[in-house]
Amino acid sequence: MKLGAAIVLLAVAPVFAQEPARPAPLTPGSEFQSPEARQMQFDDFANPGLLWVERGEKLWSQPRGETNKSCASCHGDARQSMKTAAARHPRYYEKLGVLDLEGRIKACVVQNQKAPDLPWESQDLLSLSTYVARQAKGQHIVPSAGSQPASALRASYERGRRLYFERQGQLNLACNNCHDANWGKTLLAERISQGHPGDWPAYRIEWQTLGSLQRRLRACYFGVRAELPPLGSPDLVALEVYLAERAKGLELSPPGVRR
Amino acid sequence: MMLGKLQVPPSVKKGEPFEIRVLVQHPMETGYRRDLNGMSIPMHIVDKLVCRVGGREILRAELGTGIAANPYLAFYATASESGEVEVEWSDNRGDTGRVTARFTVA
Amino acid sequence: MKRRTFLKRSTLAVTAAAVPALAQQPTRFQPAQDVKPLLAEITKGAVVDEGGIEVQLPQIAENGNSVPMHIKVDHPMAPADFVAAIHIVAERNPRPLVASFHLKPEAGRAEVSTRVRLAGTQTVRVLAAMSDGRFRIVQQDVLVTAAACLDESM
Repeated sequence: MKLGAAIVLLAVAPVFAQEPARPAPLTPGSEFQSPEARQMQFDDFANPGLLWVERGEKLWSQPRGETNKSCASCHGDARQSMKTAAARHPRYYEKLGVLDLEGRIKACVVQNQKAPDLPWESQDLLSLSTYVARQAKGQHIVPSAGSQPASALRASYERGRRLYFERQGQLNLACNNCHDANWGKTLLAERISQGHPGDWPAYRIEWQTLGSLQRRLRACYFGVRAELPPLGSPDLVALEVYLAERAKGLELSPPGVRR
Repeated sequence: MMLGKLQVPPSVKKGEPFEIRVLVQHPMETGYRRDLNGMSIPMHIVDKLVCRVGGREILRAELGTGIAANPYLAFYATASESGEVEVEWSDNRGDTGRVTARFTVA
Repeated sequence: MKRRTFLKRSTLAVTAAAVPALAQQPTRFQPAQDVKPLLAEITKGAVVDEGGIEVQLPQIAENGNSVPMHIKVDHPMAPADFVAAIHIVAERNPRPLVASFHLKPEAGRAEVSTRVRLAGTQTVRVLAAMSDGRFRIVQQDVLVTAAACLDESM
């Protein structure tokens, strides 16, 4: 797995110029977890996140809303149609703007199925996004910038990059202080990761449940004692855009298991 | 009906122990946590689980708040003829769950 | 007190106290309880032998919310002589009896795996009841860096 990822990474070059150096070697978050958490993640039965995948699979075929259509009605077998979805989000949608995977599902449910909105972090939304993300297991992150008008995604990318390097909160720390400058080092009892988005949504043992990448980023804001951006905030999506670009080529393995 | 997963080898040797794995989706709320308003969240746990092979009980578990959320159990069973593994569980609110899987004896 | 501060302070206290074994556990939060009454309630005065159970628990548990545990009692499962029950006791949990597994001889092996919650660094005990009325017990210390049960964050 590592050798394959390394080959892909070497073949991929960043699209945007003036990009800061990425951590090298690019290492997935699972490598910074305890052996127990890592074992849990790669156990194809006992990974708790797979419960949400199973729930999502049921929801995928459930008719919903005024149209009484299910996800499957339009998208068919998710194993085919969603094979790269998680690897290519967040991306830009005309009339909708930049959306991450959860945001895209929300928009689809409301506009295409004409069903009530699925709130951020709701069990139904997480089940669907984890199910969809799981179909992309083994794929490599391909940020959309290459296939979309660069200008459309650009503003979000630049905003995310600015936020990544901006010191925040009472602890006055920026993302790069830990995840670029000190990854691999031990903070209290934990090894700092490189901060990649590849294994999300993930089961976080601290939450005792599965959560989205947005929830995890909010927890980071909490960690530096900064005001938490609300779920769905353009700031969180912008950070996800930047993180996806920064992690370009990294192999996806959702749902992750984190401490 | 609670969501649960069951893993049983599709084919087992007669009389030889085989591993059964169960994963149940449940918060296993301890009763000690408080919500964002400071209100105590009531205890809500899967407290009983039973496994039957070919209709005969082989394991009965009494679980407490000391079992992690989304409880995971792995244990062993033997069988002399092909049949079904059945795992049933209930929580302290009376909700139940049940999963089954068939196996053949080689 | 903010949760992070609480965790930082408790972790420092825990790592400081961990060196001289677990004799001096910090008493600022849930202290270890005397589990002898609980064990006596289960064994009802029967003979308790030490050893004969293999317990796999991590030496350091990153987060007490979910600690994988594997138990194997070194004893056959014959119809007339088998392991009738396995009990997990965590002395520092608010409810020390974590789980009880009752087995029939058809189980074939007295072996179970699960994930437990540990409310802090403590000694975990596994008590096995044999069909002939005898008991076995083993214990293992686990260092827990972020405690469960009593962590009141969301």
